[in-house]
Amino acid sequence: MATQEQRTSIVWDYAPAPESPEHVRLRDSYGLFIDGDFVDPVDGARVPSTNPATEETVAEVTFAGPGDIRRAVQAARRAQPGWTALSGLERGKYLFRVARLIQERARELAVVESMDGGKPIRESRDVDVPLAAAHFFHYAGWADKLSYGMGGRAVEPLGVAAQIVPWNFPLLMAAWKLAPALACGNAAVLKPAETTPVTALLLAEILQEAELPPGVVSVIPGDGAAGAALVREPDIDKVAFTGSTAVGKNIQSALAGRRIPLTLELGGKSANIVFEDAALDQAVEGIVNGIFFNQGHVCCAGSRLLIQESVADTVVEKLWARMARLRLGDPLDKNTDVGAINSREQLERIEGLVASGEEEGAVRRTVVCELPSRGYWFAPTLFTDVAPAHRIAAEEIFGPVVSVLTFRTQAEAIEKANSTPYGLAAGIWTDKGSKAFEVASALQAGVIWQNTYNKFDPSAAFGGYKESGFGREGGMSGLRPYLRVSAAAPDPGSAL
Amino acid sequence: MSSRLPIRKTYKLFIGGAFVRSESGRYDRIEGGASATAPSAGGVNIPRASRKDVRDAVAAARKARGGWAARTAYNRGQILYRFAEALESRAADIGAERLDVEASIDVLVHYAGWTDKFQPVLGGINPVAMPYLSFSLPEPTGVVGIVAPDAPPLLGVIAELAPALAAGNTVVAVLSGERPLPGLDLGEVVGIADLPGGVVNLLSGRRSELAPVLAGHHALDAIVDASGDPALAADIDKLAAESVTRVHQATPAESYEAATGDPLSRLEALTELKTAWHPVGA
Repeated sequence: MATQEQRTSIVWDYAPAPESPEHVRLRDSYGLFIDGDFVDPVDGARVPSTNPATEETVAEVTFAGPGDIRRAVQAARRAQPGWTALSGLERGKYLFRVARLIQERARELAVVESMDGGKPIRESRDVDVPLAAAHFFHYAGWADKLSYGMGGRAVEPLGVAAQIVPWNFPLLMAAWKLAPALACGNAAVLKPAETTPVTALLLAEILQEAELPPGVVSVIPGDGAAGAALVREPDIDKVAFTGSTAVGKNIQSALAGRRIPLTLELGGKSANIVFEDAALDQAVEGIVNGIFFNQGHVCCAGSRLLIQESVADTVVEKLWARMARLRLGDPLDKNTDVGAINSREQLERIEGLVASGEEEGAVRRTVVCELPSRGYWFAPTLFTDVAPAHRIAAEEIFGPVVSVLTFRTQAEAIEKANSTPYGLAAGIWTDKGSKAFEVASALQAGVIWQNTYNKFDPSAAFGGYKESGFGREGGMSGLRPYLRVSAAAPDPGSAL
Repeated sequence: MSSRLPIRKTYKLFIGGAFVRSESGRYDRIEGGASATAPSAGGVNIPRASRKDVRDAVAAARKARGGWAARTAYNRGQILYRFAEALESRAADIGAERLDVEASIDVLVHYAGWTDKFQPVLGGINPVAMPYLSFSLPEPTGVVGIVAPDAPPLLGVIAELAPALAAGNTVVAVLSGERPLPGLDLGEVVGIADLPGGVVNLLSGRRSELAPVLAGHHALDAIVDASGDPALAADIDKLAAESVTRVHQATPAESYEAATGDPLSRLEALTELKTAWHPVGA
C-alpha cells in the first residue's frame, strides 16, 4: 500500500473548464418588481450586486424603501382575491408554466446564481436550479388537491404572505417560499437577500413570461432593514422567514400579539454521527458533502462531526486526505468544489470564529491552496481536539469549517448530538439499519439522513426542531403554513 | 394552390410505440359526414384488431411495465404534463369536439400532479406495538386493460388512462367501437409525449371481440370496464377471475369534474399496498 505522501503525490491537474456566461441576458439595472412590472423606487436606492469571486458588479439592483414595501403589499392585497378565486387547476397551470420556464432558462439561471452568490456552477446547475423547477412543478400539482393534503379538511388561503429568503440558495429558497404560497391561493411579497437578489429578479421576469396576474408576486430586494419593515407592515397575513436564528427571534417577537401565522427556518449546528461499523470511505464522502457543499453556507450543514472513538483517527485522516483534493476557485469552473464565500461580512465572521477555535485550544488544519487574489475565499478547514463548550462546537459558522468531536457509546453520541439549542438536521453513518432507526428516533432534529447527507426533494418536508425554527417546507406539510384549515370539507375536490 | 391534393392519414393501431395495421389484415369502414369531427367526405378505413393484436399489445405493455414503474414519480409527472402539452398543441387535429379535448387535457394536468402525491396520501407509517419501523405504500398494479366507452370519445379514454399512468401502470385500451378516431389520433400524441413505447397501447375494433380476450389474458393485472355494457361486464368478471385480475367497473366520465371528482379511488384501484418492516434498535 502506498503511504499517505505517495498517495497525495498521485494527483493530476485539471484544465480550466469555465462555464460560459455568454448566453446570460442580464440588464444593467433592475427596478423593483411590483404589481407585474419593474418599476423605479419611490424611496429606495440603486445599489450594485457584487460577484464575491471577483468583486465586480453583476448588475445594478434596487433596494426597496418603506414606501416601496408598502406599495408591494398593497399590490398583493389587490391581486389576492382574484388569484384565490381562480380554480385550483388554473392556478396550478400558471405554476406549471413557471416550472417549465425555469427549466428552459436553467443554464442561464445557474450561471447567474454562481456569479451573484459565489457557489460552484456544478451545484447551481445540478442542485439549485433543477430543484427550484421541481418545487414549482410539485406545488403546481397541489393547487387543485389542497384538501387531500390536509386530510379532507376545508382549506382557504391566508391572504398576503411576506417572505424573506437568505443568500445561500437564493433562487431555490424563493421557489420554496413562492410555490406553496401561490398553490394555496395566497399572494406574496418576496424579499431576496441583500447580497444575492439577481436570480430572484430573473424569476420575476419568468413570472411575467408566465403571465402571472400582476401583483400576485412582488419581488423587492433589500437589506435587513427592509425585511424588518416588511414583517411590520399592517396588511400582511403570513410571514415566512429563512435565515439566522437571531433574526428569526426578532421577527417572532415583532409579530407578538398580531396572530399572524409564522414559519421560521433558522440556523443549525447539525451533528453528523459516524459509528465504527459504518462504511468509512462512503462516510467520508458524506462528511465532505455535508460540510463543504456550498462552502458550508447551508443551514443544515453537518458542521459537528461526531466520530466513534475507535475509528476517529482513521476517519480524520481519510477526511483530511480527501479535503486536500477539493478544488477551490472560480465558481464558474465546472471542476470547482469550493467556491467563493458569499460576502466580505460572512468571510470576517468565519475568520473570527476560526480564530476563536485556535484561541480556545482546538487544533486547526486548513487545506493549503492558492487563493485567488480578488474576492472572498476561505480554504476548507478541520478542527480536532474540540470540546463541546468551544464556540466552534456550539455556534453556527456557516462556512467550510468542520469541528470533530468523539464519542464512545451510542447513548453518548445521542446526548452530544442533542446538546445544542438547534435542531435542524443530523446524519447517521452505520451499516446497521436497526441502530440507524433507533438513533434517528432519539435525535431532536427535523431532518435525519442515514448514510447520506444534504438530500432535498420537493416531496420531502424540511424544517427544524427547537431554535432551528418551526413550520415545514416541502411535501404535503409544506401546504399547511399557507392555509387556514377548518373541520371537514364537504367535497374535497371542490373549488380549491 | 387549390389544385393541390391533400394527403390522407392512414389510421393504425398503436402497439409498443409503433403504428401498426392489424395482423389480421381486417378493417372497418368509418363513413364521412358533414360534422366537423367526422372524417372527410370519402370516409376512412380503420384497423379491426384481432385476438392476436390484443396479445401483442399486452406483451408490449408487460415489457414496458418495469421501466415505467421504476421512473421517479417526478419524472412520470413531467411526462404526463408533456402529454397534456402535446395534446393541447394538437387539439385541432383530434377528431373530437373541442370541449372533449379540453377536458381531456385538464384531466391529464390533474393526474400529472398526482404522481408524486398519492403515495403520501394513501400510504403511511404503521404505529405498530413493537420496536419496528413499519410503513405501507401503494405501488403500481402492473398492466391495466381499459375498455373505453363510446362517449365522450376522447375523455372516455383519458379519464381511465390518466390515473392508470399516474399510478405507474402500463395500459392496453380498447377504444370506442362507434367513435374510434379520437382514440387513434391520441396515439400520435402519445408518440410525441416522451411516453416510452409500450406504456400506452391503443386498439380499435369490435369491443365484443376484444374486451373478453383482454379480460381473460393472464398477463393482465387489472381491467377497467367503462363500456357501460352489463352483459360484457359479467363476462369480464368471469374471465378475470381465472387469474385474479382486478376488475373495476367505471361510469363513463362525461366531464372534467366527473373524471377528477374522486381521483384517489381511481388511483387506489390500480395500486397494490406494500407493507415493509424494519427493526429499530435490538
